[in-house]
Amino acid sequence: MSLLTLFLIIFVLFVLIRIMPGNPFPVERMSAEMILQKRAELGLDNPIMVQFADYMSLLLSGSFGNGTSLYNGAPIKPILLTCLENSFKIGVLSILFGTVTGLLIGITAALHRGKFLDGFCTVLSILGVCIPSYVFMIFLQYTFSYKIPFFPYFFDPSQFLFSSIMPSLSLSLLSVSVIARFTRNEMVEVMNSDYVKLAESKGIYGFQLMRKHVLRNALIPVVTVIAPLVVDLLTGAMVIEKIYGINGVGKLMVDAIAGEGIDYNYVLALGIVFSSLYIGVMLILDILYGIIDPRIRLAAKEH
Amino acid sequence: MEKTYTPQKGDFDFISDRDINVDLNFASQGYWKGVAIHFLRDRFAMTGLLLVSIIILFAVFAPILSSYSYQDIISATDTNGKQIVAKSLSPQFAGDGEGFFVDRTFLFGTDDMGRDLWTRTWQGARVSLIIAFVAIFIDMLIGMSYGLFSGFFGGHVDNIMQRFIEIIGSIPTLVIISILAIFMDKGIGLVIASLLITEWIGMSKIARAECLKLKEREYVLASRTLGASSFHIIFKQILPNTIGPVITQVMFSIPVAIFTEAFLSFVGVGIVLPQCSIGSLIEAGFNNITILPYQILPPIVVLAILMLGFNLIGDGFRAALSPKLEDM
Repeated sequence: MSLLTLFLIIFVLFVLIRIMPGNPFPVERMSAEMILQKRAELGLDNPIMVQFADYMSLLLSGSFGNGTSLYNGAPIKPILLTCLENSFKIGVLSILFGTVTGLLIGITAALHRGKFLDGFCTVLSILGVCIPSYVFMIFLQYTFSYKIPFFPYFFDPSQFLFSSIMPSLSLSLLSVSVIARFTRNEMVEVMNSDYVKLAESKGIYGFQLMRKHVLRNALIPVVTVIAPLVVDLLTGAMVIEKIYGINGVGKLMVDAIAGEGIDYNYVLALGIVFSSLYIGVMLILDILYGIIDPRIRLAAKEH
Repeated sequence: MEKTYTPQKGDFDFISDRDINVDLNFASQGYWKGVAIHFLRDRFAMTGLLLVSIIILFAVFAPILSSYSYQDIISATDTNGKQIVAKSLSPQFAGDGEGFFVDRTFLFGTDDMGRDLWTRTWQGARVSLIIAFVAIFIDMLIGMSYGLFSGFFGGHVDNIMQRFIEIIGSIPTLVIISILAIFMDKGIGLVIASLLITEWIGMSKIARAECLKLKEREYVLASRTLGASSFHIIFKQILPNTIGPVITQVMFSIPVAIFTEAFLSFVGVGIVLPQCSIGSLIEAGFNNITILPYQILPPIVVLAILMLGFNLIGDGFRAALSPKLEDM
């Protein structure tokens, strides 16, 4: 199902980009014959289905389309790979940070319900949802990299870990707040449920009760909120890469669409990368869901 | 012998207001009246409403009342009596400018082209709000009709319509935006179009879920027995009952729309100069943040207040529509 969706998306992307009006070549600098020649060379005159088949075979053999940027002729693949690596590292860091911190805050708040820590958590999560992450990023960058020059102002791949602290920290603000709020509410609900009371009355308490009875049930819905958050990271990445000057996929995308002209090969390649990431994440979370919740696994087996 | 009693003055008493004890919680009252009471009692929701109203008031009136237009490049008089362009001035009132004498008031200062930031901020808020309202309103129309049709007809129709949504929904927003950017010019149109394509899906899901619940009710059966057409049942009988959840969704979608606009303008595919929006102002401020940090403050504060306000209203609305026992 996921593969089919991915295939459909690639097809739609490809057709849309190919049938769109306009001309990918600079008219001022190329004569009509040159354009015709170039078109024939790139196979743009073939029927669209043939072009698509060609493109798919190229894609499956591991290169992206015609493989070069339309503007400077540089091959897409190596650039894309370095950018993906940078974005991926920061993304993973911030997901890890966001999930762990969010869970910790949520659990602490649920255990201290109605006390100061709980209120603190509520305020934090409201702020996190309402303040767009890039506003927070700008603030962090201004304070800790400019006013107090402790962290590097821009991202520097040579000292990766140190300079990626700030970007991933600010990127994870939304996930921290959403996950914290969600975990807290779920925990409170589960802790009030009958089976936890039963477990308590049987003499299970403390860490064992938390791990086996409360957390396991409270975490199932939390996994569902992580999915859209991971996807939001893509959007966040676009801004954060602009702010911290990171050479990543988001920046690549902005360059491809916001520049003077639009680089179709890049848009197509990035579109495919983003869509496959998105669908891949969804698939992983579906599987994860089954692992955490035995009920879903059993229901799937019966079908 | 039977004696008739003539009532005396003083036997009866008029009931004064304080003696009437109406149980507001359990009194029978209209659905919407209950919602309104619940909403008005919610302190957080009212705060949100107040914040949003203040911003809307400023966004409507400040650009009209301001003595500058949002795209005017303003010149001011310096100490030597020369006219210079009022570039990059910090917030100041007429007469207390530093370095040179400025005869004009700039509440938020001016940007690096010499435009008044007070006017631009509220003009930007206006543009952002208009984009959000227009886009979300159209989304609501599309999403509701789609969801209602899909839920009402069920079966194969529903199946196909839901698969379609699944495919659209699994294209990341960024990819949609980048394709749109190929077809369209940068600007308001692009922002609205990308909101139109992405935001209706949530609404249609909610409308469909409500419709699935409602279409099994007796009143739908009754009106079908009386010969009502599907169209009539969907729009006259089911739609009014789905309004509540859909409005809640709208309230949560508006901050998303404002945020999306700000985000698009920030990365450079949104509003183009000299037009301005919250996002483009933040972008301009960000470019000068180390030299002129005051420039970025007003749009950020307005954005944060709007997001906070709409989220609070949305929360209040959701609570008011589905009151839990503990809230009583």
